[in-house]
Amino acid sequence: MGDHTIDLTVNGTTHSIDVEARMTLADALREECGLTGTHLGCEHGVCGACTVLMDGQPVRACLVFAVQCEGVEISTVEGLARDGQLHPLQQAFWDHHGLQCGFCTPGFLMLAVGALAENPDPSDEEMIEILSSNLCRCTGYQNIVKAVKAAAEHMRS
Amino acid sequence: MIGSSPRRIEDRPLLTGTARFAADVTLAGQLHMRVVRSQLASGRIAAVDVDAALEMPGVAAVWTGADVGDLPPIDFRMTKVEGLSPYRQPVLAVDFVRYVGEPVAVVFAESEYLAEDAADLVFVDYDDLEVSLDVTMPTLFQPDLSGEPARIEKGYGDVEKAFGEADVVVELELAIGRHSGVPLETRGALATWDGAALRVYGAAKVPHYNRDAVARMLGLDRDHVHFSEGHVGGGFGIRGELYPEDVLVCVAAMRLGRPIKWIEDRREHLVAANHSRDQVHRIRAAATRDGVITAIDDEFFHDQGAYVRTHAATVPDLTAAMLPGPYRIPSYRVTGHIVLTNKTPAGTYRAPGRYEGTFVRERVIDAVADRLGLDRIEVRRMNLITPGEIPYERDLLALGTHVVYDSGDYPTLLDAVLDHVDHTTLVAELVSRRGRGELVGMGVGLFVEKSGLGPFDEVRIELSEDGTVEVITGVASIGQGIETAMAQVCASALGADFESIRVTHGQTDRIDRGMGAFATRTTVMTGSATLAASQTLRRMIIDEAAAMLEASPADLDVAEGRVFVVGSPGASVGFAEVGAVTGGLSATEEFTTDHMTYPYGVHLAVVAVDAETSAVAVERFVIGYDVGKAINPTLVEGQLVGAVAQGLGGALYEEFVFDDHGQPLATSFMDYLMPTLTEMPPVEIVLSEATPSPLNPLGVKGAGEGGITAVGAAVAAAIDDALTSPGLVRRLPVTPDRLRAV
Ligand code: FES
Ligand code: FES
Repeated sequence: MGDHTIDLTVNGTTHSIDVEARMTLADALREECGLTGTHLGCEHGVCGACTVLMDGQPVRACLVFAVQCEGVEISTVEGLARDGQLHPLQQAFWDHHGLQCGFCTPGFLMLAVGALAENPDPSDEEMIEILSSNLCRCTGYQNIVKAVKAAAEHMRS
Repeated sequence: MIGSSPRRIEDRPLLTGTARFAADVTLAGQLHMRVVRSQLASGRIAAVDVDAALEMPGVAAVWTGADVGDLPPIDFRMTKVEGLSPYRQPVLAVDFVRYVGEPVAVVFAESEYLAEDAADLVFVDYDDLEVSLDVTMPTLFQPDLSGEPARIEKGYGDVEKAFGEADVVVELELAIGRHSGVPLETRGALATWDGAALRVYGAAKVPHYNRDAVARMLGLDRDHVHFSEGHVGGGFGIRGELYPEDVLVCVAAMRLGRPIKWIEDRREHLVAANHSRDQVHRIRAAATRDGVITAIDDEFFHDQGAYVRTHAATVPDLTAAMLPGPYRIPSYRVTGHIVLTNKTPAGTYRAPGRYEGTFVRERVIDAVADRLGLDRIEVRRMNLITPGEIPYERDLLALGTHVVYDSGDYPTLLDAVLDHVDHTTLVAELVSRRGRGELVGMGVGLFVEKSGLGPFDEVRIELSEDGTVEVITGVASIGQGIETAMAQVCASALGADFESIRVTHGQTDRIDRGMGAFATRTTVMTGSATLAASQTLRRMIIDEAAAMLEASPADLDVAEGRVFVVGSPGASVGFAEVGAVTGGLSATEEFTTDHMTYPYGVHLAVVAVDAETSAVAVERFVIGYDVGKAINPTLVEGQLVGAVAQGLGGALYEEFVFDDHGQPLATSFMDYLMPTLTEMPPVEIVLSEATPSPLNPLGVKGAGEGGITAVGAAVAAAIDDALTSPGLVRRLPVTPDRLRAV
C-alpha cells in the first residue's frame, strides 16, 4: 500500500519496507519493523517517549518521516543489550529504580545514550537540561537522574 | 525479604523494549477503530453523514449512535448515590452532544492512517445549544432533568451552636483547578471474538469488574469474556475504567468478526479520558481565640463534566468524608453539589477528594492562624488528634465504610519533619533572605490518607511439578511494582527463592475473582491474601516433605526453596522434588475487611517567587509519611516522589482550560504542562513505620497516594509566606498569570 520502498537500517539490520510518504519513523519502526520498544506518548514532539538515535543523535521518531531515514543508522532500545548483557544505562535504571510503569524508559535510555556519547561527563546543570527533554509521569525523575549519573560514571571508568 | 529493597522483578522487559503495552499487541486480520468526536460542547445532532467515509477503500464499517442504540449506557462501578442513573454516558452520542470530544461515530478500517482519513469524512450537523460551564450555577441537563442530580451531605455535632459561640469565624472561597492523571501511555484496547468467547487486551486497573460489566452490557455469559492485562503505562485512577471506546471494540469484534484495535492519540486523551479535581468550596471555620477550631461548615460544587461515569459519586463522597483530616474538629457539616457541565466527564485521580479537601482545610487553618496572629504550625498542633485518642472514630462514612483512624501519631510525625528541616533555622534563613529582597517562603500541609479498601482479595499460589512458584491474583499492575512486592511477601512467608517467583495479575481466565488496583488497596489487601496463601502452601509443602524425609513436620523449616530438618541442613528436599512427587500443590486464601486503614503525612514546601515573571519555583519539598510497614522502602519512596511531581503539576502548571464556548484549550502537551525534571525540587522523605496498622497481618498502610495529597496546600501556604500576603492563594493552579493578577 505504500508508495515508497526504502531500506531502513535499525540496530545494524536493514529492513526493506514499503511506506507512504506520510508515515513517521516511529510508526515504521513499530508497524513495519516490528520494533515496538519505541513508544508513542504524544505524537507531537513533546514527551520524548519515541526518542531514537539517528547516526548517534537523539531525535523524536514521531517528528521524522521514515522516507527521510534512508542511508542513516537508526538505533533503538532493542539494540542496547548485547547477548543478554544489559547496557550500563539499562543496568543503572534497574539498580536505581529509575522506572515504574516503564513506558517512558526506552525514550530516556536512548536520550541518555546519545547525550553521554557526546558528553560523557555532564555537569549537574547539563544533566538537568538534557533529561528535561523527556516526560515521565511516574517517577518524579529523581531516580532517573541517579541512574544516568551512575551509568555515566560507570561508562567513564 | 519484607522490609528490604531488591531490584524489581518486572523490569527486564521494560528496559529492553520487549514489554507489551496495549499498542504493541497486533492480531492477524485486525481492523483499526477511529472515533469521530464532537467538536461542539453542547448541541443537538441534526444529521450524521457517513456516506463519503463508507465509500473509502479500506473502510469496513462506520457506526453512529443509532447502530449501537441497543446497548445500555455505561454503569457505575462505585458509590451508587440515588438519582445518578439518567446521567450515565451512552456508548455513542444519541441526539445530543454534551462535551467536545464526545464519541459521535466510529470508523473501522484496514489501517490506522486510513481510519483517520475516513473519520475526517464523517460530517456531523449540529444545532448549537447553550453551554453550561459554571459549576456554581447548575442549569438543566435535559428539559426535565436538573443539572444537579445529587448532593452529598454529611456531618456530625452541633455546627450552629459552635458558630454561635465562636470567638472568630473565617470564611473563604477556594477553588481547585481541573487536571488529571494523564498517564504517559494513552488508552488502548484490542478485542477479538472467536464465535463463542470474547478476549480483550489492554485491560487495566479493574479487569474482573470490566469483564462482568461488558458481559452484562453485551448479554454474554461472563465465562465467555476474558480480560487480559499487558503492560500498562501508568494508571493514577483514570486508566482502566470502562470507557465507551472499550465497549465499542468489543461490540465491533463480535459484529464484524475481526479483531478490533483502538489506540487513543494524545489529543483525544486530553479531551476524552477522565478529568478530575475541579471543585469550588465555600468554607467557614469557627475557632476560639486560642486557635482551637470548634466547627467547619463547607459547601462545595463538584464539576462532574458532561456525564456521570463509572466512579459515580466517589470523588465528592471522599472529599466530604475526608475533609476534617488529622484534626479533632468537634462539629462538621458539609454539602457537596454534584453538578453537570459541558466539559469532559470527571472521575478519580490519585488522592481523589483528598487533594482537594486537604487544600481547602489547610487553607482554612492557615486563615484561622493568620486572623488570630498565631503561628500556623502551632494552631495545627493544638488541633491534632493525639495518639491517645486513636482509634479515632468520626461519625462519617467514606465509600460506605465507617471512618475510623486505626493507627497514628500525628504530632510526632510533624515534629520529625520539623526536626528534619531544622525548622527554627529554616525560618530564620527565609526571614533573612526575604530581608534581602528575595521572595521566598515555607508552607506545611498535614493530611490523613486512606488505603486498603475491601471487601476482599483472593490469591492462589501454585507450586508446579517442576518446583516453580506462581502467585496468581486478581490485582492489576499500573507500574507500582506489585509483582516485586508480592514476590517479597511470598518469599518471606513461604520460604521460596525470591528470584524464581512468578506473579500473575490481571488475567481473568487465571483467577475468577479479583478487585483490581485502586484506592491504594493492593499492598494491604493483596499483600495480606498473599501472606495467608503463602502460609497455607508452606504447611502443605512441609507436610509432604515430612513424609519424604521421614521427619516430623515440627522439625522442618523452609528457606530459599528448600525444606530442611532444623539442625541438620543436609537432610533436605527442594521444591522441585516436592513438586515432582505431588504433581504440584496449590493454596488459595482470601483477605477480607470492612474498614480502610488510614496512613497520614506531613508535607513541607519551600518556594521562591520570581519578582519579574511571577513564576513559582519549588526549592525544596519534604514528605513525612507513616506507612506502618514498608514491604519495599525503595518502591515506597518511588511512589511518594512520583506523586509529588503530579501534585506540583496540579498546584502550579496543569489545568484543563475551556473557553466561553466550552472549547478545550489544553489539547496537547504544549498547553497541558506536566512537570519536567527542571520543575522538580529535590524531594526529601522522612519515612515512618511508627504505627503499624492493626487491621492487617502485615501492618501495612498504602503508599500510593501520600506523596500528592497536601502538595497544593503546602505550596499555597509557602507562596503566601514568600509574598508576606496571608491568604493570597485561593485557587490552584497558581500560574504566573493568576499570581500577577492578585
Ligand atoms: S511521541 Fe514523540 S515526542 Fe511524544
Ligand atoms: S515510568 Fe511511567 S512514565 Fe516514566
